[in-house]
Amino acid sequence: MSKLNIIIKREFFAKVRNKSFIVMTFLSPLLMVGIGFLVYFLSKKNNEKIKNIVYVDHSGIFSKDDFKDRKTVKYEDYSDLTFEDAKSKVKQGKFYGMLYIPKQDSLELLVSSIEFYSSASPSVGTIESLERKIESRLRENKLNNLGINLSDLKSSEFNASIKLNNFSGEKSSKMSSWIKIGVGAISGYFLMMFVIIYGTSVMRSVIEEKTSRIIEVIVSSVKPFQLMLGKIIGNASAGLLQFLIWGVIITILSIVASSFFGVDMMEAQASKVGPEQMEVIKQSASGGEQLFRELQKLPVFLMFVLFIFYFLGGYFLYSSVFAAIGAAVDNETDTQQFMLPVMLPLILGVYVGFATVINDPSGPISTIFSIIPLTSPIVMLMRVPFGVPWYEIAISMALLLITFVFMVWFAAKIYRVGILMYGKKPTYKDLYKWLKYKG
Amino acid sequence: MKNLLEINNIVKTYGDYKALNDVSLHVPKGSVFGLLGPNGAGKTSLIRIINQITMPDSGSITLDGEALHPKHVEHIGYLPEERGLYKSMKVGEQAMYLAQLKGLSTKEAKQRLKYWFEKFDIYSWWNKKIQELSKGMAQKVQFIVTVMHKPKLLIFDEPFSGFDPINAQLIAKEILQLRDEGATIIFSTHRMESVEELCDYIGLIDKSNLILEGKLDDIKREFRTNTFQVGLDTNNAGEVEEKLRTNFEVTEADFKLLNEGLRLNVKLTQGNSANDLLSYLTSEGQVRHFVELVPDANDIFIQAVNKNS
Repeated sequence: MSKLNIIIKREFFAKVRNKSFIVMTFLSPLLMVGIGFLVYFLSKKNNEKIKNIVYVDHSGIFSKDDFKDRKTVKYEDYSDLTFEDAKSKVKQGKFYGMLYIPKQDSLELLVSSIEFYSSASPSVGTIESLERKIESRLRENKLNNLGINLSDLKSSEFNASIKLNNFSGEKSSKMSSWIKIGVGAISGYFLMMFVIIYGTSVMRSVIEEKTSRIIEVIVSSVKPFQLMLGKIIGNASAGLLQFLIWGVIITILSIVASSFFGVDMMEAQASKVGPEQMEVIKQSASGGEQLFRELQKLPVFLMFVLFIFYFLGGYFLYSSVFAAIGAAVDNETDTQQFMLPVMLPLILGVYVGFATVINDPSGPISTIFSIIPLTSPIVMLMRVPFGVPWYEIAISMALLLITFVFMVWFAAKIYRVGILMYGKKPTYKDLYKWLKYKG
Repeated sequence: MKNLLEINNIVKTYGDYKALNDVSLHVPKGSVFGLLGPNGAGKTSLIRIINQITMPDSGSITLDGEALHPKHVEHIGYLPEERGLYKSMKVGEQAMYLAQLKGLSTKEAKQRLKYWFEKFDIYSWWNKKIQELSKGMAQKVQFIVTVMHKPKLLIFDEPFSGFDPINAQLIAKEILQLRDEGATIIFSTHRMESVEELCDYIGLIDKSNLILEGKLDDIKREFRTNTFQVGLDTNNAGEVEEKLRTNFEVTEADFKLLNEGLRLNVKLTQGNSANDLLSYLTSEGQVRHFVELVPDANDIFIQAVNKNS
C-alpha cells in the first residue's frame, strides 16, 4: 500500500471514529427533520384554531354571501344591533374581533371608514382577507352603478402563459426555470457548505498534528506534500460518507414521518399557498409527472460531469489553503485573520449566485463570477442547468485548473515551512518569506 | 565503507539567516556519534536535513555510500526533541501506522511491535489511547516507534528528557545494544555526562559552524593540558611549593583530600615529564594523590565554544 493510501486511511478513520462525527452524522438529520415537522405541526395547530368574527353591516351593501364560513373562520351577523350594543356583546363573548361597516353616502367614503375591533391585535392574514372581501364587493357595486355587465367583464379577463422555446426546438416552461434555479442553487450551496465544513476540518487536523508535535515524526517518514494531500482526501471521503448518510436518513425519515403524520408535500404546499393559487398550480402542472419530465430535459450528463469537476476543483483549491492556514498557526484562535480572505470569495460566490444567476443566468455579472476561479465553482454550478456556452465553460475550467495547481503549490510551500514553526503568530509578511525558502 | 553517513559542505539559509555554514561531518559505521552544540547552533537544522524534512541549499549527503534519496527514510529512525503522538489514537494502531509509513508490511510491523512491547512490558497498553498514558509511558512508545523498523541510522535528539533515572538507564542500555547490533547512532544532547557515557565520536556545532569533530578520546588528548592534581604529606610545604613554582606552572588546587597537607594543580612545562614531577614529589614527602586532569566532555564543550566566540 502506498504511503498516500496509508495516510488517507488514517485520516478517514480518525475522522469517522470521532465521537462528534458519529453524533453529528446521525443526530443532525433527525434534528433537521424533527424541527421541520415540529414547525409544520405547530403552525398547523395554530391555524386550526377557529376564529369567530362578528360583522356589523349598517351600510346594507354586504350580505351573508360575502362572509361565507371557512374551515378556520366563522362569521356571525350582528347587523341588527347598534354599534355600541354589538361592541359590548362582542367584548363579553369569545370572539376574535368585530368588523364594523358604517352607513355612508358614497362607496368612496365607506371604504375609508370601515373599522375592526379586537382585544389582541389581529393577524395580518385575517385583515388582508377581510380587505379583499370588502374590495371585491365594493368593486362589483361600483361597476353595477356604472352600468357594466359583470359577466361581460369576466369574459374580458385573460390569463397569459408564454411558452418558452430555445432555437433547437426544445420546449420548456416557467416550471423548468424554477427547477433549474433549484438544482443550481442546491449544488452551489452544497459545495459551499462542504468546503467550509471539511476545509476547516482539514485545518483543525493540521493544527492538532502541530500541537501534539507528532508532525516531525511523520514528515521524517513521508513528504509534507503527501501528508497534506492525504489529509485533504481523507477528510473529503469522510465528508462524502457523512453527506451520503445524511441523504439516506433524511429521505427515509421524511417518508416515515410524512406517512405517520398523514402529510404529503402537496398538502403542505397548499396550506402555505392558499387554495386559489393551488388550483392554478394543479392546472399548469399535472404534479410529479411534469416535474419528472422537466428534470429529464436538463443536461443531466453534462451537469453531473461539471458538478464532479467543480466540486473537486473547488474543494481541493480551498482545503489546500485551509491546510496552509492550519500549518501557519499554533492554535485555532490564531486562524481568524487568515480565515476571512478565504471565506469572503466563498460567501460572495453564493450571494452573487443567488442574486444574479436567478434573474439573469447569462448576464455579465454571473458570467464574470463564473469565470473567476475562486467563485467559479459555486457560480458556474448554478449557471450550468440554464445552459452555458462551451467556451465559457472551457475558460472557467482551465482557469480553475491553473489556479488549483498554483494554490496547491503555494499552500504546500507554506505548509512545509509552517508545520515546523512554533511560537510567534506569523504575519502575511512572514508567509511571503516562507514562500522564498528553499525546500 | 568506514562511514555510514558523510555530510559534505552543507549550507542552509532561512531568509537572511544562515543556519548552517559549510558543515561537513563523518559518522563512522557502528558508532555512537554525539552531535553537540549550544542552543540555536544549528543542530536541529542539520538533523532535519539528514531526515530530508528540509533540503540543504548546497552540499551533499551520502548514506552508506549512496547519495541521500527519499527511499532512505526507511533506513533512518528519528526521535525528535519535541516528542508527540496522536493523543486520541490507540497506542497499537498508532504504532502500526507509523511502522507502515516507514515501509513495514502489516505482518512485519505487528511482529516487531510485539517484540518491543513485550520487551518493555507494555503490551497491556496496546488498546489504550496516548492521552491515557503518563509522559514517561508515552516516551517509551515513542522510543519503540523510532527503532522498530531496524534502521541503519538512528537519530536521537535529547532521548532522556522526560524519563526518570531508571528508565533513562534502560533507554541508554537499549541504545548501546542497538549499536552493538550494527546500528549507527547520532545522539544530540546537552547532558554531557551521557555523552561521556555513550559517545565514541563527537561533533560540535557552534554558530552554524562545525568547530570540532573526531573520536572522543582523541579530542580529549588534544584538549589535555598536562596538568596533574598533586597531594603531598610533607613537613616543609612552603618550601616545596616554592620549588615547584620555579620548575612547573602551579595553580590553586580544586580538589579535596582526606589528609591535611599540600594540595596543588601542577602543569608540566616544556622539557618536563610526569616522571620528573613524581620523582621530585617522592623525594619531598608522602605522595597521597597524583592524577592527570583529563578534560571531560563538559570542559571540552565550554572551552571550544568560548574559544569560538
